[in-house]
Amino acid sequence: MAENTTAGNISSGLPTNTGASDSRVSQPGVLDTTHGVVLYLDDITVSFDGFRALNKLSLSIDVGELRCIIGPNGAGKTTMMDVITGKTRPDSGTVFFGQTLDCSKMTEPQIAQAGIGRKFQKPTVFENHTVFENLELAIKTDKGIWNSLFGKMSGEQLDRIGEILETIKLQDLYKSRAGLLSHGQKQWLEIGMLLAQEPRLLLLDEPVAGMTDHETERTAELLNSLAGKHSIMVVEHDMDFVNSIARKVTVLHQGSVLAEGTMDQVQSNEEVIEVYLGR
Amino acid sequence: MLLNSLILKRHGLALVAIKRAMPRMLAPLLMFALMAFNINASALTNEEKVGLATGENESRMAVLDQVVAKGDVDALPFLKLIIDDAIKIQGKDVVIVGDDATTDALTGKEVTLSDDAEDIVNNNRMGSELDASVAALNLLSKDAKVRLESAKALQGTEANASRLSLIQKVEETETDDKVKDMLALVRASIQLTSEDKAMRLAAAETLAASANSGIKQMLSTRLAEGGETDPEVKTAIQDALKNIDRNLAMYERIGQMFTGISLGSILLLAALGLAVTYGLMGVINMAHGEMMMIGAYVTFLVQNFFLHYMPSYFQWYLLAAVPAAFVITGLVGIVLEKTVLRFLYGRPLETLLATWGVSLILMQAVRTIFGAQNVSVENPAWMSGGIEVAANLVLPYNRIFIIAFAVMVLVMIWLMLTKTRLGLFIRAVTQNRGMASCTGVNTSKVDALAFGLGSGIAGLAGVALSQIGNVGPALGQSYIVDSFMVVVVGGVGQLAGAVYAAMGVGILSKFLEGMAGAVLAKIFILVIVIIFIQKRPQGLFAFKGRSID
Amino acid sequence: MHQQFPQPKLIRRIYSEKAWGALAIAIAVICVLFPVLNLLVPADSILHLSDYTVALTGKILCYAIVALAIDLVWGYTGILSLGHGVFFALGGYAFGMYLMRQIGTDGSYHSNLPDFMVFLDWKTYPWYWQMTDHFWYAILLVIMVPGVLAFIFGYFAFRSRIKGVYFSIITQAMTYAFMLLFFRNETGFGGNNGFTDFKRLLDIPITTPQMRMALFVITGVTMLALLLVSRAIVTSKFGRVLTAIRDAESRVMFSGYNPLHYKLTIWTFSAIVCGIAGALYVPQVGIINPSEMSPGNSIEIAIWAAVGGRGTLIGPLVGAGIVNGAKSYFTEAFPEYWLYFLGLLFVLATLYLPQGVLGLIDKIKAKKQAAKSSPEIQSSSELKLNSELKLSSDAEAGVENEAGKA
Repeated sequence: MAENTTAGNISSGLPTNTGASDSRVSQPGVLDTTHGVVLYLDDITVSFDGFRALNKLSLSIDVGELRCIIGPNGAGKTTMMDVITGKTRPDSGTVFFGQTLDCSKMTEPQIAQAGIGRKFQKPTVFENHTVFENLELAIKTDKGIWNSLFGKMSGEQLDRIGEILETIKLQDLYKSRAGLLSHGQKQWLEIGMLLAQEPRLLLLDEPVAGMTDHETERTAELLNSLAGKHSIMVVEHDMDFVNSIARKVTVLHQGSVLAEGTMDQVQSNEEVIEVYLGR
Repeated sequence: MLLNSLILKRHGLALVAIKRAMPRMLAPLLMFALMAFNINASALTNEEKVGLATGENESRMAVLDQVVAKGDVDALPFLKLIIDDAIKIQGKDVVIVGDDATTDALTGKEVTLSDDAEDIVNNNRMGSELDASVAALNLLSKDAKVRLESAKALQGTEANASRLSLIQKVEETETDDKVKDMLALVRASIQLTSEDKAMRLAAAETLAASANSGIKQMLSTRLAEGGETDPEVKTAIQDALKNIDRNLAMYERIGQMFTGISLGSILLLAALGLAVTYGLMGVINMAHGEMMMIGAYVTFLVQNFFLHYMPSYFQWYLLAAVPAAFVITGLVGIVLEKTVLRFLYGRPLETLLATWGVSLILMQAVRTIFGAQNVSVENPAWMSGGIEVAANLVLPYNRIFIIAFAVMVLVMIWLMLTKTRLGLFIRAVTQNRGMASCTGVNTSKVDALAFGLGSGIAGLAGVALSQIGNVGPALGQSYIVDSFMVVVVGGVGQLAGAVYAAMGVGILSKFLEGMAGAVLAKIFILVIVIIFIQKRPQGLFAFKGRSID
Repeated sequence: MHQQFPQPKLIRRIYSEKAWGALAIAIAVICVLFPVLNLLVPADSILHLSDYTVALTGKILCYAIVALAIDLVWGYTGILSLGHGVFFALGGYAFGMYLMRQIGTDGSYHSNLPDFMVFLDWKTYPWYWQMTDHFWYAILLVIMVPGVLAFIFGYFAFRSRIKGVYFSIITQAMTYAFMLLFFRNETGFGGNNGFTDFKRLLDIPITTPQMRMALFVITGVTMLALLLVSRAIVTSKFGRVLTAIRDAESRVMFSGYNPLHYKLTIWTFSAIVCGIAGALYVPQVGIINPSEMSPGNSIEIAIWAAVGGRGTLIGPLVGAGIVNGAKSYFTEAFPEYWLYFLGLLFVLATLYLPQGVLGLIDKIKAKKQAAKSSPEIQSSSELKLNSELKLSSDAEAGVENEAGKA
């Protein structure tokens, strides 16, 4: 993974990618981002019983970019994430992760192992496992059966879990059951799990929903620090939050891109105003 | 044919037996009947009467032919008396032995029956000739039903010129298509032995259109025994045989289709309740089969009530059983919901186990109350018998009733869910419980009612099942796997899915049964269902939609 | 800097010292106490253990193994099978074939073939009976037949993501289909009557007290061994993936695990365990017939696990003991009330004992502890945290928190 040039030592004390790439044994295909694009959606259409959730959607994310996706309800944001992560198969169009990996031909676990991490709208952690175990399950390693049965965690992996625990401020709660965490803490644990996966692309579906202002602030800080090293796509309704992290914003409407640009550009776009403020 | 005439004979004998057994009660009625006979019987000439009753069989048959050739309908009562062995020879007199009086057949005067009166001896041939003649004369009846019965009775009887001419005559003037077709077959069967080759050929052609295994039998015997020598007619007969086979196979398929649809209706009735409880409420009710069982036992109780307290209305006990079964099983369902299921919403696997426990309790309770043996539920008289489409295809009324009943229940549920307030509430609660609750719907009441509805429908299915099979404590068990298969194939929350799946499973399993036997058919069905789910994990008619994770 | 997490040692991870001690006692009871009390203590002594008790205990031990198997798939992975009776019966039938061959010509027709085949007028063994006269081949069948069936069935079911009640219903249909199949005489497994009247095992008469005791000891030891293996599985990361699949399958998938592989592995393993239990059951009970595959039997297995406390391994063993003990008591004392009792058990266990008997004991213990320690020191939230942790951790006494990472 020599192309990991963007991986710098970021203040949050996140682990660097270089150490663990070898342990990714069952990785199907190799990610190739030499053209600077990490994700490329082309002409995607998905329909449910006649309803077009995505309508010829085309979108691309650059390496290291932090992209915000906004749009009214039913614009197709979640469906888009479903398509990228392999949960929903597009009726037509292609999804490329880098130049070589065709997501529409891979299963969810394959896509996840190739380096796309996803946070759900509703925080989804393993409630009956401890915080530590949640991270243990997420950490990047061989995720085959044999390794799960007989493998041992390496010292580096344990260290990394420790680092992530500090990053997500759960170091004191690592022994408690994830189900007992507060809503915000669960959101953070889920983000921590994504970090443990060391994905190249993070998809975050409403990461600050239900968070206090303080937590939201911290999350914005965290995401800002991650950008550059990871490519990040955030779907969010909270405009203040979007404003605080966004460099580039894409507006989805009725399953296709309505506008794209900086926050200011988008906010002054006539069509966007009409869609958001009603007609 | 032979079987038919045998049955007729039996019937006649049985009638005589009944007459003898209950003389007092029926005496006035019989007297009247006999008097009527006597008046009519006078239409036969005395010579004919004597000729029919006495002498060698050969000569009696000749007289019989005469009577038939004349088309003398009035001879019928006398012939029937002969068949019923009610005519005796007393010296030289021919007497009619009634229940309390013996009359002279010729004069109509009352005579005393002496001990040396002799029975008329009808050998087999004479017997069948008599039957055939009665049938032939009955063709002249004004009642199309009687004519049809006679035409049927004439099938396969021996060729006889006088009857043939009578048949031809009737056939020409016959207006009822069914009788006409039947007569054509009878005529052709007789003409098959004709001297005239052209007539034989025509006969073979006519017979080819039939779907009657008796005719098939007759044709193949004729071929095998060398009764036909002409090669041209032989081929014609062979062709006719092939054609008949095709027709028979077609009716058999139609028959399978019908039993398939009827099985499908039963499955549909069983599955409709599940479609409400599982499809709408997401509750797996393993006691659903036992709800059907309760419905069947309610039918049994209602039947007994009618039998004891209002026997004259017994024919209509089902009309009372249907609402009774619906209400009682519905109440059982509501109690079950209030005491058990309410606490288990959102825990489908636990619900499954708890309702299984309920099913065990219900089954054992029925055993305690009614015993482990099956109880007998009788069909009302109007449900016995069936529509005869072809000789090998009878559509029983009770099966037709079940199909109609299933359609009716389906329509009612549909109306209930789409047109009533309760239906609106049920749909609202199943789609968005929280929102429904906010708009003032009493969700726990709706849950109970919806579950009661599903259970009540199971009770209706039980009423239907009681009409076609045994009613016992294990009744529900035998349908529960099948009906869950229907729900799985049909998809959740869809009445249409349940209908298609029930019909599909029903018809398919009847066809497979025809090919491989009942057990293997069942196994095939299960394998097919499992494969089907591979292709459509959400069932036939599931909505594709955005998932919320 | 940040925390250091020590790696747990394998032995300590599986069980604490206390639990290992309990296991040793269990082995001693099975291997020494039972044989001594049954075979050596004279029959008129109060200490004597009757053959009936040994046979009943042996049967219950077989059921306990089945309960263990169901706990792996239901308690840990969240897959409720209503068809485990099939795997149990297939294991039984596989070993039963060997036992039938061992009858030799001692059957009532004195034929080389089993009586039911003579009855059907068969002249030779069908192909699938080939080699079943070899003990080790029979053992191979005991493992392979349920294993292969489970693998194929599981592959198709899990691949198309059939789960929850759908899966349960399909497994019920499977066992129903197999029951119908085995009821047919032509299937070649004795139809209605199945296999019975066994004479020998490994050429040793099967009804001698020594032979019965040997079978009992083997069953008990097998159960404990399988318990340890299962415990090793669920305390490994593999086991935590299983639980994760139970709680949030999509998260597991998006973490890069393929749930299909995990489910299929534990499902197949569970079926094999069931098959082994069936093979141990048949020589002890002396009969196997298609009614073992009836849907009702399979559902009953689930209730053993539910009563004992699923997701604990020990719980289902206890549950199998409680339910089957009650069954043998009831069917003798008040046969007509057994189904009422069983039915009520289904209802009450699901309503009031979500964690089973073990969970109940834990709750009582936790309450007592809470009453002892001064309540003003512990905040209520901490209390809740403690008791919840207890529920998630293993229920037997003395076992440390999972993986011993504390």
